[in-house]
Amino acid sequence: MNNQQSGKEAILSTANNLRWEVGENFHDTLMESIYLNASDITKRAVTLPAEKETISWEQKIDRILTSRYLGFPIMFLILGVVFWVTIVGANVPSSLIASLLLDTVHPALKSFSAAIGLPFWLDGVLIDGAYLSMAWVISVMLPPMMIFFPLFTLLEDFGYLPRVSFNMDSLYRRVGAHGKQALTMAMGFGCNAAGVVATRVIDSPRERLIAIITNNFSLCNGRWPTQILIATIFIGAAAPAYIAGIVSAAAVVFIAVLGIVFSLIVSWGLSKSVLKGEASAFSLELPPYRPPRVLRTLYTSLIDRTIFVLWRAIVFAIPAGIVIWLVGNITVGGESVGNIFMNWVNPFAFILGLNGVIILAYIIAIPANEIVIPTVLMLTVMSLGLTGVGEGSGVMFQLDSAFATKDILVAGGWTLLTGINLMLFSLLHNPCSTTIYTIYKETKSVKWTMISTFLPIVMGLIVTFFVTQIWRLIAQN
Amino acid sequence: MSLNANNCEVCPIHNAGNLKRLGIDMSNFDFVVALAGNPNTGKSTVFNNLTGLKQHTGNWPGKTVTRAEGGFEFNNSKYKLVDLPGTYSLLSTSTDEEVARDFILFGQPDVTVIVADATRLERNLNLILQILEITERAVLCLNLMDEAERNKIKIDERMLSKDLGIPVIPTVARYNKGMNELLNSIYEVATGKYICQPHRLKSKSRELNFAVEKLSKMLLKEFPNLPNVKWVALRLLEGDQSIIDSIRNGELGKIYSGDKKKLEMEQAV
Repeated sequence: MNNQQSGKEAILSTANNLRWEVGENFHDTLMESIYLNASDITKRAVTLPAEKETISWEQKIDRILTSRYLGFPIMFLILGVVFWVTIVGANVPSSLIASLLLDTVHPALKSFSAAIGLPFWLDGVLIDGAYLSMAWVISVMLPPMMIFFPLFTLLEDFGYLPRVSFNMDSLYRRVGAHGKQALTMAMGFGCNAAGVVATRVIDSPRERLIAIITNNFSLCNGRWPTQILIATIFIGAAAPAYIAGIVSAAAVVFIAVLGIVFSLIVSWGLSKSVLKGEASAFSLELPPYRPPRVLRTLYTSLIDRTIFVLWRAIVFAIPAGIVIWLVGNITVGGESVGNIFMNWVNPFAFILGLNGVIILAYIIAIPANEIVIPTVLMLTVMSLGLTGVGEGSGVMFQLDSAFATKDILVAGGWTLLTGINLMLFSLLHNPCSTTIYTIYKETKSVKWTMISTFLPIVMGLIVTFFVTQIWRLIAQN
Repeated sequence: MSLNANNCEVCPIHNAGNLKRLGIDMSNFDFVVALAGNPNTGKSTVFNNLTGLKQHTGNWPGKTVTRAEGGFEFNNSKYKLVDLPGTYSLLSTSTDEEVARDFILFGQPDVTVIVADATRLERNLNLILQILEITERAVLCLNLMDEAERNKIKIDERMLSKDLGIPVIPTVARYNKGMNELLNSIYEVATGKYICQPHRLKSKSRELNFAVEKLSKMLLKEFPNLPNVKWVALRLLEGDQSIIDSIRNGELGKIYSGDKKKLEMEQAV
């Protein structure tokens, strides 16, 4: 044991002695010889074009896309167009799927279960709980996802996202964070758990923590559909019909940009307080523009994102649907548990411009943001006692378009203010449980995991509180 | 020898049917192949082409931060293919680059396929030369040849192959071009049909060579079976704290004693 120990120490001390002999700058000599060799080999093997183009078309595009003045407006414009196409395009298929799954299949299932004499609780758990929430997930989320994800993937393949990062990089550096945080933030627009893992590209632990904590401010796959739907039915609807699509798209862009602003503010706050330090330098390579392979992209974005998100939503929606049915049907003193809870938090939620349904939905939906909207709808229907929805006979709502979704929500007491606050709260609340677990795995720290989890909630509560109070002050006058 | 039309069918290069994409099935593999290279050179695209998997690819550096693994079968041998995060150098310190570095150094792949961007060869050579310093068997996959052509860059692959001492295969992975040639080179290098004579840096000083030799001997005595002992010696001379620590607490022996299982556990994410 002792002998072994000394063997190791002997290696280290020999290394120390030899270090003096080889000279301090042997590393530089080594690197120099690598560069010299590389340049020799290149000279022999590579023939560059005889006359160099002064400026290639790629450089011209880059000058515009990353220009100091045009960079951001172009970014907003591109995002806006993507959302506009999504919102306008999703309406028709959405209503088709909804009428099929909710108005045709659901009553059929109900009458089938009645025919075979299924006990009421099994019928409730399976058909009103699991099936209905799954049907809502598909009809509300599938159409926008099928349009949005391919468009976003095309932008990514073309090479636009690194340009966004390039535009953002100086902002992040100025708030004391790592410039590469712009990249991990862009990854977060797909999935926050992936964004958190992507922070490994950041060397400094301090800057990496900042990037992890603020990644949640990037709207993820699970939250885009919520934003798009609420923007369509509340904000777009408040505008004249001919600009409704544009207004809704602008609202989603606004929330996304607000997320970036919050990530900058929080990064600044952290790097000036608990995570103090200087921003480190790095180089960001702008990849060349590559013509996207459209069909391939459509295929992979369908498999990688649409099906992935949908599957995740369904997997989590089924147990959530069961939970929802249970909280709606287990009664204490003649009142369902769900209603008791919602009535209890309602006064508090009112201050925030939200309601008990939303708060309960966000608790049930901790495993996946994807199921927030279906949960909200189910809970609203349940708490209003709209048992007629899908009971085969006496259907109260024709759920055949996004605006039918609105009918339910309005019946649940929703206003434009509720819609705005839900969009804000969807941006500013705890990460989903997968992301929380990923943060723990990456940081190995309970403390930082807790901070990443609760900081956004606290911010969400503060922001919705002020928005609501100011809104009501103005509305009163 | 008679020339006839059937020659094409016997030739392993021509026969695409020889490739069997095994997806995530990596059981009973005969060879381990690592995919290394600078960021955004198309490693994941090559990976997907060979394994039939759908590892997400994207046009930006840093898409892959962890290892992805898949399998394929070619000429009746089974291969395990490991897609590594892109890295500019083996001498750096960030976590994603460490994953690549540790695997090339200590995972002892049978063949290291270096994927390089043909339009930026000189910069890519920095990593290529570093990898060639520490491996005996490598293949250079000269990717993005379509972009090089568009930019009117001409590359003499034979000269490059002669200088580097390894096979050089021009490819356009996005359009599946050159994959059969690449597979054949991997096969030839893995089975010893092609003996690589990797380029080594010549301008090391005598003092440095002496120091590396001396330390290597001591290291091997303490940690037998340690692969790439010269690299470890070099890092030790540079005063790399993580190497010093792993020698002091014996981790170096444990992790890198050739026990691949343990190494994989260390790197499992």
